[in-house]
Amino acid sequence: MSDFETVAATEDQAARRGVSGEPGTPDRVGVPQKPRSLAGDAWRDLRRKPVFWISLVLVVLVAAMAAVPSLFTANDPRDCVLSRQHAGASGGAIFGYDFQGCDTYARAVYGARASLLVGALSALLTGAIALVVGMVAGYFGRWVDAVLSRVIDIVLGIPLLLAAIVLLKRVSTSSDTVRLFAVIFVLAVLGWTTAARVVRSSVITAKEQDYVAAARMLGAGHGRIMWRHILPNALAPAIVVLTIALGSFIAAEATLSFLGIGLKAPTISWGIEIDAGRVHMRESATPLVVPSAFLALTVLAFIMLGDAIRDAFDPKLR
Amino acid sequence: MTESAPRPTPASPTPPGGHLLDVRDLHVEFRTGEGVAKVINGVSYHLDPGETLAVLGESGSGKSVTAQAVMGILDSPPAVIRSGQIRYRGRDLLTLPEEQRRQVRGKEIAMIFQDALSALNPVFPVGWQISETLRHRDGMSRADARRRTVELMDLVRIPGAAGRLGDHPHQFSGGMRQRVMIAMALALDPKVLIADEPTTALDVTVQAQIMDLLADLRRDLDMAMILITHDLGVVAGVADRIAVMYAGRIVEHADVRPLYRAPAHPYTKGLLASIPRLDVRGRELSTIRGLPPNLMRIPGGCPFHPRCPYAQQVCVDVVPDDLVLADGRTSACHFAQEVHDDRDR
Amino acid sequence: MTATADPAKVRGETILTVDDLVKHFPITRGVLFRRQVGAVRAVDGVSFTLRRGETLGIVGESGCGKSTLARVLMRLETPTSGRATLQGRDLLTAGGGELRRLRRNMQMVMQDPYTSLNPRMTVGDIIGEPFDIHPDAAPKGSKRGRVQELLDVVGLNPEHVNRYPHQFSGGQRQRIGIARALALRPEVIVCDEPVSALDVSIQAQVINLLEQLQDEFGLSYVFIAHDLSVVRHICDRVAVMYLGRIVEIGTEEEIYERATHPYTQALLSAVPVPDPEARGTAGIIRLTGDVPSPADPPSGCHFRTRCWKAEDICAREDPPTVPRPADPHPSACHFAALRARSDPTGRG
Repeated sequence: MSDFETVAATEDQAARRGVSGEPGTPDRVGVPQKPRSLAGDAWRDLRRKPVFWISLVLVVLVAAMAAVPSLFTANDPRDCVLSRQHAGASGGAIFGYDFQGCDTYARAVYGARASLLVGALSALLTGAIALVVGMVAGYFGRWVDAVLSRVIDIVLGIPLLLAAIVLLKRVSTSSDTVRLFAVIFVLAVLGWTTAARVVRSSVITAKEQDYVAAARMLGAGHGRIMWRHILPNALAPAIVVLTIALGSFIAAEATLSFLGIGLKAPTISWGIEIDAGRVHMRESATPLVVPSAFLALTVLAFIMLGDAIRDAFDPKLR
Repeated sequence: MTESAPRPTPASPTPPGGHLLDVRDLHVEFRTGEGVAKVINGVSYHLDPGETLAVLGESGSGKSVTAQAVMGILDSPPAVIRSGQIRYRGRDLLTLPEEQRRQVRGKEIAMIFQDALSALNPVFPVGWQISETLRHRDGMSRADARRRTVELMDLVRIPGAAGRLGDHPHQFSGGMRQRVMIAMALALDPKVLIADEPTTALDVTVQAQIMDLLADLRRDLDMAMILITHDLGVVAGVADRIAVMYAGRIVEHADVRPLYRAPAHPYTKGLLASIPRLDVRGRELSTIRGLPPNLMRIPGGCPFHPRCPYAQQVCVDVVPDDLVLADGRTSACHFAQEVHDDRDR
Repeated sequence: MTATADPAKVRGETILTVDDLVKHFPITRGVLFRRQVGAVRAVDGVSFTLRRGETLGIVGESGCGKSTLARVLMRLETPTSGRATLQGRDLLTAGGGELRRLRRNMQMVMQDPYTSLNPRMTVGDIIGEPFDIHPDAAPKGSKRGRVQELLDVVGLNPEHVNRYPHQFSGGQRQRIGIARALALRPEVIVCDEPVSALDVSIQAQVINLLEQLQDEFGLSYVFIAHDLSVVRHICDRVAVMYLGRIVEIGTEEEIYERATHPYTQALLSAVPVPDPEARGTAGIIRLTGDVPSPADPPSGCHFRTRCWKAEDICAREDPPTVPRPADPHPSACHFAALRARSDPTGRG
């Protein structure tokens, strides 16, 4: 509508943020200044947030646990002796022993690898599907968008657990690795829709921006516009959604394993441990509580991290 | 910036009862994560019944923030009123309890904004929005409120007012929405109307209608008006006095005609010279060099000195006081008289 | 940078011709089976020519179609009908390589310096992008030098190539946008409200820059604006648009001193003059009401609903934009006449 709206609209923001003169003002031309990017601003914002640091420390801890579990426990999780059934804490086994006489703490530590692997790889695969589908739907619009949006609706309508049960039942192999990748594949194939919607809508927003029009006027092709102009501006919300999704994928893996259709023993994962602990809950709750707490903290850490990053990347909240 | 006693304002022998509205030495800061921005640095102005004061300035000059402080609608945090007084009919609004402050807001001092679309609630009919104020604040009956609403909408010249009570804001054009907002501001019969860039979002032909309307309403309802704008043309059309703001300070304060005839501050002079004019042809535009200062790092001395063609060493070292010129106008410039007398630059 | 002015390119020859350009946006109803129930007639038959080295102003109120016109000329929108040629080559049907070549000769400066620059690219990348898209425009390895040259030309510090847009003020960002438009050395630049988002003191700097660049590079401008004072300052010829049509077109002097269309006269008289001495002078035309919706424009002359001269013929017959007896420049009014006062701004 108005051509002056921007002036007054920015005035308050500018004043509020205390910025009205910028680098390049004559009196400061000589002063070298580090380039400031959006990521830089986000980092400055994140640095001051305790939630960010707490969740980051937790995530790093879990990642280290997954990579080098022997750093955290000297005990072998597969060293199980029935005579130690539900024995109390002793030696390195700070949480005692489970029904099979295995070290509860060691098993929880070693379970991080499978859980995190499932979470991270599902999130990556989800991200790849979501980026492609969301970008194509959002950028090309019209019938392409109509078709892809309906596909998203349909997949979104499939109950995750039910479909996972149906699909994973067919995987009859006993190979640990194949089962692991089957779980990852199933979670990603069923779980990409939310991220795709987020990507689609941020692509549509970015597509309408003047700088995209400017690139088109310069003669830029679809590839350049998508890659250079739209993707970088649509990526941040997708990364956030994926961080949060990572947490929920770990939880979903636990659920599937708990139901007996995800990973299977002898693989160690939090879901398997929780399932095993549940059976003998009345005799000793610790084998159930410990892996559950690991799972809950990890999921929470990823969700909090995603939240903090989203806030930092959203200039409107700053 | 020195914290000085309230500065004199031009052509203003204080009337016996005091001014209607008297802002004295107001200091406002915005405290953000990146630092402290000194947004208002000792602003003093006054308003008497029936007059129109224009507050002119560019983005970040503090013209809107001052008005928000007067209305008591500053967002805090980040805004902090460091010091100063805002006296309305002798009472300092800043020390009033919130309950009494609310009584002043709308009933005594009302405000209209640039963007009528976001100032009106999109989900309610406009008639309801105006009458709600009347019923809630004035305790009117439903029927009285409705009658008064139609009166108000007639007053702001909305054609077929009675038939448009049930319309929602988006059903009005830009100019009509601005009228609705004015009607809402006038609902409680305020004595002071603050208009913050009321026509910047409008086209020239509609702008002319709205400025006419505001001038007529001010006269007919015997209000005083503060017009906040960046548009030197609009100011010239309606204002009695004008306060020019730069970097959170009033740099020049004068009656409108003498100010346009011979500005006494280099910033005002630069602004007047830099606008293209419809009625003067073929003049090369002179410019004010550089950019407005960062409010977190306002230059020492006179904040305008890095951009000023008159600047000398004293301008770098000493914050200029408001110099009172012969006809009672003021200018915060060490060389106010020279600037005033210099017709060439 | 050296001037591109080629002695063979004669100043004054026609460089851009627009003929009866129409852009209608369909209004559709229904979710599954969309049917067209009407059209927003944003640009409704616009014709003009632009000569080399001149600035043609296009003025009008919001919704008059001036920005859509710019977007159609830049091929951001597909025209409904009409023709446009740039140096004799068809601008509106060109595709692929031909369109890319045409784009090198015509660029645009956009209104909003805050949205027209990609926030995640450095200034160097933004201004260098034209060379990435058209590698033949800069010899290999010379890109960085060219970018710095361009920064210098628009009055920015060439050392700032690595900064991001949000580190610059509005006026500086607009200079970056201008540098990007200049990179391919176009002959025509469409300026869509290039200064209206800027502060008063910054506006003048950018206007002066645009004028300097025009002299230096022999550019032709289509200058779209709503601010009549700015347009008078910078333009050689002016077209006044109302509801998708050009209602009057002529030299700057013909429009500002001898306007014959009532809308132009009203528009001019409504511009506030920064001079309090002129206050209250008679002769200001106050139009009533608002601009009608372009989805449902009045029959005949689009302006008749707000016009004090309107008679029956105005509702029946659409007045063509042709020279009128009152003055030889084209005006779309059955009753075209000079204003009685000597000064059409009404402020003697």
